[in-house]
Amino acid sequence: MTGSTVPQDGEVRCQQVVELVTDYLEGVLDADLRARVEAHLAECEGCAEYLDQMRTTVRLLGRVPVDTLSEEAKSDLITAFRDFHGRP
Amino acid sequence: MGVEERVELPRQADPVAPRDDAELVARLRRGEAAAFAEVVDRWSSMMLRVARTYVSTDASAQEIVQDTWMAVVRGLDRFEGRSSLRTWVFRILTNLAKTRGVREARTVPWSSLGPTEDDQPTVDPDRFAGPGERAGAHWTSLGSPRRWQPSPEDSSLAGEIRVRLAAALAVLPDRQRVVVTLRDVHGVPADEVSATLGITDANQRVLLHRARARLRAELEDYYRGVGSVVTS
Repeated sequence: MTGSTVPQDGEVRCQQVVELVTDYLEGVLDADLRARVEAHLAECEGCAEYLDQMRTTVRLLGRVPVDTLSEEAKSDLITAFRDFHGRP
Repeated sequence: MGVEERVELPRQADPVAPRDDAELVARLRRGEAAAFAEVVDRWSSMMLRVARTYVSTDASAQEIVQDTWMAVVRGLDRFEGRSSLRTWVFRILTNLAKTRGVREARTVPWSSLGPTEDDQPTVDPDRFAGPGERAGAHWTSLGSPRRWQPSPEDSSLAGEIRVRLAAALAVLPDRQRVVVTLRDVHGVPADEVSATLGITDANQRVLLHRARARLRAELEDYYRGVGSVVTS
């Protein structure tokens, strides 16, 4: 976790929630802290929006174009694979 | 929006489940070129991304990925199935990449987090208010996140947003970039990312968090621009 330290009990603050969203989405918060974060999210439009935007960011990242090997490099590799297995 | 709902898996997510691993390995050992072509297609772009964090050019990264696949072809009989095949392939990759990175005098210390990656807030503290002990208690009215309108999935914006996100990804610090790319662009599970990169799960999450927060902020900046156009 990053940012300001979360108190053992009581209310979590907006500035803490924004540093807990990833742990929250990853499902690694302990049950008590998770419940406090959820209670906060239910009451706080700003943090609910922030969480929603983090989810949207993750979803959009799944559509970013990626580099890959050239077709030539791939076909060289497949040829090498065939050659290797073609040996007696 | 229910808070209990989980992040949906990115569309490019294509993990090979461990139960499919044995069959895949068997096909590769039998010399089925189609099986080999399939894994080369599926994994090479992630491998390029990881390799690129150790070396300074795309060309070097391409060579490392090709060398890795050659090592896989020759060494498959030594694969014992103690990890997933993909983790094993990535381990070969990172070993080759590290050796090459040392030669290029470019090494990324993976084991520990730098001070900039550890305890800095990811959101500007000025966006929160509250006096003294209650500092950071609430968003200020100006600081509170605004809804993104129109939705980033709207076709009129989708292309521009993809370009903007790809550019923002490219300038992230190396370790953040590789973690968020594996997790969110390629959909690799958290434990596999930590194992591949040799970092703890906690560090993996810190890097992921910082990267996502920065990319969200980039989209927010983009929407501030869009908003001023729409409302004027």
